[in-house]
Amino acid sequence: MRVELEGLSMRFGDVTAVDRLDAVIESGELVALLGPSGCGKTTTLFLLAGLYRPTAGVIRFDGAVVNDVPPERREIGMVFQNYALYPHMTAFDNIAFPLKVQKIPKNRRREMVLEMARLVRIESLLERKPAQLSGGQQQRVAIARALVKRPKLLLLDEPLSNLDARLRLEMREEIRRIVSNVGITTVFVTHDQEEAMSLADRILLMREGRKVQCDAPDMLYLRPAHRFVAEFLGNPPINLLSARVGAGGRCLLLNGGTPLTDLPEDIEPLPPETPVVVGIRPEDFRLEAAGVALGDPSACRGKIAGRVAVRETTGRETLLRVETCAGAVRVLAPTGKAPHPGTAVVLTVEPSALHLFHPETGESLRKIPQGLPKAASGVQLA
Amino acid sequence: MPDKPNLRSTAKAFVYLAPALLVLGTFTIYPIVESFLLSFYTDYDYFHDRVYRLGFDNYLYLLKDPEFHLALRNTAVFVIGVVPISIALSLGIALMLYRPIPLRSFFRTVYFLPTVTSVVAVAVVWRWIFHSDYGLLNFGLGLLGIQPVRWLTDPRWALPALILFAIWKSLGYNIVLFLAGLSNIPETYHLAARLDRAGPWRRFWSITFPLLWPTTFFVSIVSIIGAFKVFDEVYALFGGSPGPLSSALTLVYYIFVKFYREQDYAVASAAAYVLFLITFLLTVIQLWIGRKRTAV
Repeated sequence: MRVELEGLSMRFGDVTAVDRLDAVIESGELVALLGPSGCGKTTTLFLLAGLYRPTAGVIRFDGAVVNDVPPERREIGMVFQNYALYPHMTAFDNIAFPLKVQKIPKNRRREMVLEMARLVRIESLLERKPAQLSGGQQQRVAIARALVKRPKLLLLDEPLSNLDARLRLEMREEIRRIVSNVGITTVFVTHDQEEAMSLADRILLMREGRKVQCDAPDMLYLRPAHRFVAEFLGNPPINLLSARVGAGGRCLLLNGGTPLTDLPEDIEPLPPETPVVVGIRPEDFRLEAAGVALGDPSACRGKIAGRVAVRETTGRETLLRVETCAGAVRVLAPTGKAPHPGTAVVLTVEPSALHLFHPETGESLRKIPQGLPKAASGVQLA
Repeated sequence: MPDKPNLRSTAKAFVYLAPALLVLGTFTIYPIVESFLLSFYTDYDYFHDRVYRLGFDNYLYLLKDPEFHLALRNTAVFVIGVVPISIALSLGIALMLYRPIPLRSFFRTVYFLPTVTSVVAVAVVWRWIFHSDYGLLNFGLGLLGIQPVRWLTDPRWALPALILFAIWKSLGYNIVLFLAGLSNIPETYHLAARLDRAGPWRRFWSITFPLLWPTTFFVSIVSIIGAFKVFDEVYALFGGSPGPLSSALTLVYYIFVKFYREQDYAVASAAAYVLFLITFLLTVIQLWIGRKRTAV
């Protein structure tokens, strides 16, 4: 089912939880509503479910406005954050409940429940009550209950937040498998960027009730449309440095006048001395040993001199904190090549890896291709 | 952490417990034991506390006493008349008051008023409501074309009047218990059920009612025990009599009459133990049923 949101707003008294949200969710897509807590993502989900009525704007399911359709008649399956399994019913009865409501004959009901149980792999647990199931099992039951009535839209509210780290990884794959198996349009809410990136076809990133960017996960990462997107996605977080455009409008100068690099090519020409915010992902820095001749200013192939202050190994990669003339920056290096604290290093960066943002509005100065759903990832930047 | 109890620590514990034990022992445990023994005294000198003969005569007397049979029957009718209706009504009202309706806290207070008001004061009002000639109830019935009923003076109507009064009196307390029970049911179950396309009726019977069962169970036990012990409502409503021709004579009223009016302490004690036995057995049966239902 294709879902369209148009100018969707939800106000609770003085608080605007969702503010003029526009989005299209294509049939069969798996979309994440991502954002910090309080950004309106759960409200948006509840609006889709019909548990709230929007104060403005429209929701369309397959072209038909559903604003006034109560949740009972929206053909939606929903998995709540705490699963909301009926505690007095067995797993079987929980899954069978929506069918019982629809007065489906007992034999057919049984078949459908067993089919769902096979899909979510809980055949052996059907006689248990929710209290006797682990978190992951409860979630499987909740997904089965949501899917058994063959809804047209599946909504998941923070599907992985109540699970421990190992189970989270397992259920992430399971949700992907189950959803693609059924081929249902799915919207899920999360505050965890990793969860959204790994699970979703597209991410709708929200802040303070508004859409910031909606695109494929890699596009969001590689081509953030806003400084907020760049900061929110990525771990360790992106480095943000203040800079200005050098004479001639071709080169970027860090504060203090150190030349950084040329400006990327896909950018509107900027007059000299324009202040910008430069975002550089920790993995986009190239590390060189000090001693190499420092920069040839005319070519604007700047090299930033610095000294390693902190070194944190996470295994394959090591995070360095390097003190430079432009401030401290985070640099990600292969563990084998990561220098020890105190070592003098030189950092370089490719122009194409730079993210440039307007210092006040925070909007990207690079051209953001309007990503089509399921569009190929940012090949240009690979 | 706690040491093994020894003589010293046990003695110390008793010193701490002594005040409470003294009060409980004098006013609760001693009367329980003494009235139990008293119910078997068949020949005794009350003034000198001398017992000449023990036996089952008092119980045999109850078995044959038509007054006692009447009290037993009236009490049974009273319990059956009051408890189910009171539970159903208070649950219904609690469900309505639980929803965000205008003036909700006003109504919550109003429904709780009968519980905090003195039975005697309330009975005065109800005596007027039940008044054959000027009563509000008969006035209402008159509007419907029903002949006035002599609620408090007709032996056929005295017990129903008492039941009406008792239901009204019990509502507030039960409503408060049900409201507390309802607030323990997370809202998400109802949301989930709505998305499962369950209508209000289905949601109530499949979700609310089963999840409210522990509360309903508790309310029913408390109500049944309370209804068996009914006394002040009778005394106040019929002005110190058990109704016209003893038509509203209940077990506790019977005990009261035997004890205070006829000073037949032994028979009163025996009747008290019969009452105890009945409520005890009913509670055991209820616990047994309740446990079967709530078993996971």
